[in-house]
Amino acid sequence: MSSPRLSTPLAEPPLLQAAALTRRFGSARALAGVDLTVGPGECHLVAGPNGAGKSTLLRLLAGLARPSSGTVLLEGRPLAAEPFTRRAVGLLSHQSHLYDDLTSAENLEFAARLYGLPDPAAAARAGLASAGLSDRADDPVRRLSRGMVQRVAIARALLHGPRVLLLDEPFTGLDPQSAARVAALLEAQRGLGRGLVLVSHEVHESWKLATHSHLLVRGAWAVTGPKNGTLDDFLRRYREVLDG
Amino acid sequence: MTSESLAARRTVARGLGVIALGLAGLAAVYVLALGHTPVERFQGLPQKIFYVHVPAAWSALLAFSLVGIAGALYLWLRDPRLDLFAESTAEAGLVFSVVMLTTGPLWGKPVWGTWWTWDARLTLTLMLFFLFLGYRALRGALQDPSERARFSAVVGILGMVLVPFVHLSVYLFRTLHPQPIVLKPSSPSLPWEMLRTLLLSVGVYTVLLFGFVMTRYGLGRLERAGGADDAG
Amino acid sequence: MGDFLRVAIAVAAKDLRVERRSKTALVSAMAFAALVLMIFNFARDAAALSREMLAPSALWITFAFSGVIALNRSFALEREHGALDGLLLAPVSRGALFFGKYLANLTFVLTVEAVALPLFVLFFGVDLSGALGGIVVTAILATAGFVAVGTVFAAMTVRTRFAELMLPLLVLPFLLPPVIGGVQITARLLAGRPMSEIAGWLRILALYDLVFVTLCLLLFPSLMDE
Repeated sequence: MSSPRLSTPLAEPPLLQAAALTRRFGSARALAGVDLTVGPGECHLVAGPNGAGKSTLLRLLAGLARPSSGTVLLEGRPLAAEPFTRRAVGLLSHQSHLYDDLTSAENLEFAARLYGLPDPAAAARAGLASAGLSDRADDPVRRLSRGMVQRVAIARALLHGPRVLLLDEPFTGLDPQSAARVAALLEAQRGLGRGLVLVSHEVHESWKLATHSHLLVRGAWAVTGPKNGTLDDFLRRYREVLDG
Repeated sequence: MTSESLAARRTVARGLGVIALGLAGLAAVYVLALGHTPVERFQGLPQKIFYVHVPAAWSALLAFSLVGIAGALYLWLRDPRLDLFAESTAEAGLVFSVVMLTTGPLWGKPVWGTWWTWDARLTLTLMLFFLFLGYRALRGALQDPSERARFSAVVGILGMVLVPFVHLSVYLFRTLHPQPIVLKPSSPSLPWEMLRTLLLSVGVYTVLLFGFVMTRYGLGRLERAGGADDAG
Repeated sequence: MGDFLRVAIAVAAKDLRVERRSKTALVSAMAFAALVLMIFNFARDAAALSREMLAPSALWITFAFSGVIALNRSFALEREHGALDGLLLAPVSRGALFFGKYLANLTFVLTVEAVALPLFVLFFGVDLSGALGGIVVTAILATAGFVAVGTVFAAMTVRTRFAELMLPLLVLPFLLPPVIGGVQITARLLAGRPMSEIAGWLRILALYDLVFVTLCLLLFPSLMDE
């Protein structure tokens, strides 16, 4: 007699699973019960007005902040349990996380060491090569242009091959050329089966990349789920929620 | 008026009541100390400051210990009320240490001939004063409530652990460099009348501390409830 | 354990490398130490107070104040470009990050003290023969404790507006036991007193170190945990 369970293949846990995320202090609430599940190859756009809780959500998903209640699972493992779980996640924010006085190579090598990569120097070289900045390896970050700094920052975020990429306003302040480059890179990451969570209040550029669209208003989802409809539909819904 | 602000107002009222009780008790202590307690044979009348100073220093020390313990509990339980309690107790402690540090010299000058002496109690209270001040200054400089609570908790815990070290160091310092001891610590066998007055005084100061903390806690709750009212 | 040390050393090495590049903080701290020593020489009634009598106090106040000044940069450098977030994102324990910062700060402050000590000998005409080893050990012991507390407070005050003022205000009470102990031991060493008189103070310093380094290691994660 074969049991039905045996014939079901083992399911892989989703890359990221957040359940009932709440963040409050006293009576003030930044997030009120937010759920999010990210699978491989998905790109979740999270839009919303200022103060909606988007940055808070991202910080919770990255393990930079602790939720008041709720859980975050990365590859099925609780984020809060031990530091090692954070290996699965990478954060690209508008801040570069780089040290001005160190060279790009030194910055990447330090990051490689933090992430426990076996050959930090080689990882740094590879990262710089992929960013097209091998010739500027020994220049202090202070002397690099804004665009170059961003490329090093991206290399740093991707150095350890995170399966979940969190992005905080990746297109803000970028010229169209750089924005296009970033978009292509993110699309490539998606192609590799990585999961993306893209927080942006500028919806236009991010829309093409997204597979799921969410609207966060006052700490809760006003819209959530796979992308259906056009950008205009989403924007209309956005306006409705803001006015309502 | 929400139920939260009503409860807060009740706490404030109760706190003020406790303070009134404490002040009445304080008056009783003065009467007792000056009228009904024997004068110490060797030091005379000035020794009676003992009944004011010891309990005031004790209150400041108790207050700081509570701040430290509340901080530790907050880091464990993350309950904002613990943070408010710590904040209130720190403020009460600051008040007590200031009172002690100002009345001490004021009383001491005509009696001892000097404004200040590095006796153990004054030194410890002075240090507690600085710790309370630092605690308060840090809180004032931090905006985010969660950050403020966490950081204050750490300062409270570290400060609480520091106290015995400073006390030990100062004590050793003094035994090696004896300074005129203007206030002898209580003799091994304290006569009952003196002990009674001292204990009553300690009790009264503890009640006063409790009253201050309660009042301040209630005021704090009221402020936070008011804030929530405005936002909601 | 291996990971803990690996991360701590990586962080410490990074801090020291950044400092080597810019050099500003180290040089300023050393200059500060020299100035304090100089002021001490003149800030006394030469008829009533000999240099020898003032020497231990001058040395330890210089150590203490220069140490506090040096600690400020510790987290200031992490503010730029959100570097601290970069550290916190990594799959490493907060304790390891603290220990790395602590080691870097300790190296930094001990370096300043190492420069201050010869100047002290020079300015105060002190004969260190026989006492040098003891003073070095005492300096390391005392510094190890207050740098731990200073590192924690530096992490906190860097988020405030008047960090340069808040850090000394918070840290100075914690300097009392190391400074008192340091002065007592140094005075006795310079006077050639027997070990028995010094042992008690050394024990207090060691206990202080043990308690506060452990406590700071345990409390630091709560600071970083939003």
